Amino acid sequence: MGEKVRIILNGRECDVPAGATLASALLALGLTHFRTSVHGEPRAPLCGMGVCQECRLTVDGRMHVRACLLLCRDGMRVETGTV
Amino acid sequence: MSSSFDVVIAGAGIVGAACALELTRSGLRVAVADPAFPGAGATAAGMGHLVVMQDSEPQFRLTAWSRQLWHELAPELPAEAEYLQCGTVWVAADPEELAAARRLRDCAAARGLLAELLDAAELAEVEPQLRPGLAGGVLIPEDAVVYAPAVARWMMRRAVALGAVLRQGAAVVSMGGGLAKLSDGTAWSASALLNAAGTDAARLTPGLPVQPRKGHLVITDRSPGFLRHQVVELGYTKSVQALTGESVAFNVAPRPTGQVLIGSSRQSGVCSAEIDRPILEAMLRRACAYMPGLRQLSAIRAWTGLRAATPDKLPLIGPHPQIKGVWVAAGHEGLGITTALGTARLIAAHLTGRAPEIPAEPYLPSRHIDADGAQSHG
Repeated sequence: MGEKVRIILNGRECDVPAGATLASALLALGLTHFRTSVHGEPRAPLCGMGVCQECRLTVDGRMHVRACLLLCRDGMRVETGTV
Repeated sequence: MSSSFDVVIAGAGIVGAACALELTRSGLRVAVADPAFPGAGATAAGMGHLVVMQDSEPQFRLTAWSRQLWHELAPELPAEAEYLQCGTVWVAADPEELAAARRLRDCAAARGLLAELLDAAELAEVEPQLRPGLAGGVLIPEDAVVYAPAVARWMMRRAVALGAVLRQGAAVVSMGGGLAKLSDGTAWSASALLNAAGTDAARLTPGLPVQPRKGHLVITDRSPGFLRHQVVELGYTKSVQALTGESVAFNVAPRPTGQVLIGSSRQSGVCSAEIDRPILEAMLRRACAYMPGLRQLSAIRAWTGLRAATPDKLPLIGPHPQIKGVWVAAGHEGLGITTALGTARLIAAHLTGRAPEIPAEPYLPSRHIDADGAQSHG
């Protein structure tokens, strides 16, 4: 097992691999609902490379952050399903 | 399909669609032609602000009455109309504008409208994203917003369900002598021919004093809770009243999705649909100057539209003074969404012989066009 960092996912502390993208770390935790579409449907990463916009979530209070383009950082606060 | 009607309407924008529904409900046989589809023109380039404006008595009467009609229509509107009674916050940047805000409040109160004067702290409380240091403002809680293209579509659907005929993708190219000719070769006869063609109104009926006034709009991605009211700078009225040249004003509206609509710009006599970069930039700079947090949002689309402007900032509603059988419902500039409902009622009153619910004279086309053919300068 490699080095871990601790993120706060929807208020809960989770240990995830350091150096992983946030999208892959959350998928590995079993998360399938990243954002909520305008019609209220759950959405999750599709392309994994910053194009499809489906993995957007709120990170440290900033909305519409693409989880697939962000590496996990210690203390990162992540909220899913917001927009 | 019959090709003879009581009324043929050129244009299925919000004004044409509202007229179609009102006239059909009044028992008239109505046909509507639109070069594209319902709500495709200026209707889709407006902010959907349902607002009472008080620059003149006739403008106040038409907007206040129309807003009342929107309140009555609201329970019937489908969800996609996104009707939201969010109210308007008029922002005063400095003490001079705060004095204007006080006059606006007094004027509204004297006319029986709800209006609340806000000091700097109250303004910050009702719209926390506004920059610090503003003087205050006025909250008009009964103003609302609506997604106008969806309303135009719904109105046309309702009218068609009641027996109206809609021809999409065909423009009315001429009207007169009881006959409307369409670009697809169709000829429709009708005792009343209604020009509701927006900025195309003067092309269809030469001599109508309707000029294009281009506007830009931007929409952001979703940011629920960012904005609560339609928020407009009090300087907006100056921007509207300048009849020539270019102007921008801070004007933002919340959408139920959490998106923010950002306006507004005005360019007289410009007909192109392209984005004008310097104007767009000036408009966004102005918006961000009032509401710095907008910089954190992503703009996902920018587009333009053409308002149909008249010299006295009042629409043309009523019979053409020279061409028998031709009627006009055009020239609504930036208030077409609000005043569509009042316009439709006035046109229906004219065409059915009912008494109009507000005096019709201030909006008659004859104020600009003499009966003998000359354009007057009144």
